[in-house]
Amino acid sequence: MLEKALKGSPRYWGTLIALGLVMALGLGFWLYQLTFGMKITGLNRDVSWGFYIAQFTYLVGVAASAVMLVLPYYFHHYKEFSKMIILGEFLAIAAVVMCLGFIVVDIGQPQRMMNVLLNSTPHSVLFWDMVVLNGYLFLNIIVGWTSLQYFKNDMTPPKWVKILAIVSVIWAFSIHTVTAFLYAGLPGRHYFLTAIMAARFLASAFCSGPAILLLLVLCLRRLTGFDPGQKAINRLAVIITYAMCVNIFFFLLEVFTSFYSNMPGHIAPFKYLFTGIDGHDMMVPFMWTAVVLGLGCLLFLIPTPIRQNNTALTIGLVMLVIASWIDKGLGLLIGGFTPNPFETVTVYSPTVPEIMISLMIFSLGGIVLTVLWKIAIEVRCEVEGGNLSMVPPPAE
Amino acid sequence: MKSNRREFLKLAAVSAMGIGAARLGFLGDAPAFAESVPTVANFEEGLKAKHWGMAIFTAKMTPELNAKCRKACHTEHNVPDIAGPKEIKWFWGANYEETFPTEHGHYLSEEIEHRQFPLLCNQCEAPMCVKVCPTQATFQRPDGIVMMDFHRCIGCRYCMAGCPFGARSFNFQDPRPFIKSFNPLFPTRMRGVVEKCNFCAERLAIGKLPVCVEAAEGALVFGDLSDEQSDIRKALREHFAIRRKPDAGTSPSVYYIL
Amino acid sequence: MYNAKYIIPGIIFFLALAFVPVVYNMGHKFEVTPELPRDQKDCVLPTQEMRDKHMQLLNEWRNEAVRDGSRIFVNAKGQKYVKSLTNTCMSCHPDKAKFCDRCHDTVGVAPYCWDCHNLTPDQKSPIPPVAQAATGGH
Repeated sequence: MLEKALKGSPRYWGTLIALGLVMALGLGFWLYQLTFGMKITGLNRDVSWGFYIAQFTYLVGVAASAVMLVLPYYFHHYKEFSKMIILGEFLAIAAVVMCLGFIVVDIGQPQRMMNVLLNSTPHSVLFWDMVVLNGYLFLNIIVGWTSLQYFKNDMTPPKWVKILAIVSVIWAFSIHTVTAFLYAGLPGRHYFLTAIMAARFLASAFCSGPAILLLLVLCLRRLTGFDPGQKAINRLAVIITYAMCVNIFFFLLEVFTSFYSNMPGHIAPFKYLFTGIDGHDMMVPFMWTAVVLGLGCLLFLIPTPIRQNNTALTIGLVMLVIASWIDKGLGLLIGGFTPNPFETVTVYSPTVPEIMISLMIFSLGGIVLTVLWKIAIEVRCEVEGGNLSMVPPPAE
Repeated sequence: MKSNRREFLKLAAVSAMGIGAARLGFLGDAPAFAESVPTVANFEEGLKAKHWGMAIFTAKMTPELNAKCRKACHTEHNVPDIAGPKEIKWFWGANYEETFPTEHGHYLSEEIEHRQFPLLCNQCEAPMCVKVCPTQATFQRPDGIVMMDFHRCIGCRYCMAGCPFGARSFNFQDPRPFIKSFNPLFPTRMRGVVEKCNFCAERLAIGKLPVCVEAAEGALVFGDLSDEQSDIRKALREHFAIRRKPDAGTSPSVYYIL
Repeated sequence: MYNAKYIIPGIIFFLALAFVPVVYNMGHKFEVTPELPRDQKDCVLPTQEMRDKHMQLLNEWRNEAVRDGSRIFVNAKGQKYVKSLTNTCMSCHPDKAKFCDRCHDTVGVAPYCWDCHNLTPDQKSPIPPVAQAATGGH
């Protein structure tokens, strides 16, 4: 099936080349980091994790996009998702590849990375995170690729694929839980130290992951005419809406516990993020943007007639993605490390090289996704006899 | 709280310069370090304990003394002198609010408010850094010392997130150009690894006390916490001492006598 | 076999390419002579053993010294040495360029020992007086 990725329209190659160029540019900055060390980042002694690890955390959530399709499809026989399911699995692969990429660029001695295997340490959550992330990657590659192959040959996938798909659903919960445990077990980091962290991770993953998937699918429909079915789109939008409501609810639970208990350590990160401390208010505009967009997206998503309008849905989803990204891909890490252990503020903001290196990894993910989705769509095209990748956008 | 800290650092820098000049003589190129290479006989006289700990007579630790200890420590261990938030430090000083941020002491006695407290790795009994390290690069020795194996560190900085005391520093860059006073008998670090105070494990091994204790003129008491007859237990028996953030559950081995 | 006329020459070409270094060095005698200390006869282990296994020994030393706090090495003759690269090895072999590098450069390895460890116990400044590339350059 890989040969399907080798032939394509100029638009397909253009996309790949553009992503490749961004990646090459980012690669230059990565070489710069490898030569001079992480001093080129905005990280410091007090905020020792930043943009890279935050993107890693956010993308673990995106990897969940598959599970919100696989679960209804395999557990509840919701067949409407059959066309989209492969896209979800392939998006999960791209997301996990990006997660691993962000870990590689974040560590100070990447050539020693295999030490994590050589000196396996079960009491370190990072060890388990490595296990579950790689496991999830392989599960999705195996399940996605095999079921696509059987679909291509017009055969029902074997039973073991179904079993692995069910395992991957349960496994998906583990990647969020273990990633949350990276943070939730640290004494002295009050913004992280909360029992609801894993639940928050699941909620934010189950809204932001499928939201990104749905946005990409809507985009795909315009570009290639691939149609997952309006029913599937509507149903996924409902799932996203519920997850976002739960996500916001969980965040408000944190706010209640911190402020009603009046525990200074628990209040301080909220203060830093939403009002600033000692005049350090860099995060304030971001966090309030997240609040406005997070609540605002519900206005587009909750009322059924608005949600079922694809333009309104797109706006709502974009708002949701931005809000959840600020919350998890920016605020979570920075809030966790500020104030520092001395209850003073050391400001962190990502530098240009840091952002360029991140773009390199996003482009890598983009390339993986483009190639995989191209294969999936070509296969569907071939089976159903259409020429989906070349047809002009359908008139709506 | 910011301005206090800056003032202290300035003071520390000035006194460090003074001490440095005295030690170096007149900018001579003779090495600042004139220790001889430790021999097998030295290593056979290593100090042993069940649980090393430190008690600090904070009232005796003047800012000058603090700077002297810092200088001794940073010279012994080739700690680079890097300015700004990417700094590396094993031994430093801070005010009461920063040292004991969970105490929130209103109406502090003026003397305590202006006291500089020495900060270093707490060598916790239940160290979080050891628990989170994915490669056992940070590990705990049977005598309680929390050690770094720099050969093994992958630089993931999970330990820095885990430490509730901000005791750890990361080498964001090659530290060697920033080493001001150099000890050829102790290795430097490479970039990309985390470092912190090691309770002078290399000196204990040759029968010497930690270099800060030696420099502190009696303000720092070092010894075996599990030996009731030790000096440190005597000091703790006779004086009221607190530890930093005991509610973080890591059980520090460094005690502050107020 | 399908396409044998392409595959078999391909395999032969690949094998030839892989064996170029072996053929190239055939008949050449491989010899490196690092400079040995004149005032010392014995190393911690017999010379041949050091030549073959010094990397394993150093790896054992670093683990035992750092992790187990066992800092004294006793050899088969009962002689005791401190387990220290700079303070023991480099006390006798003070010139890294004439000792370590001669072999390492010839066989093309660049161990990163010197990124942290000092060249000799009486080195004056922290930066080793060799180019970054020669130290392994991580």
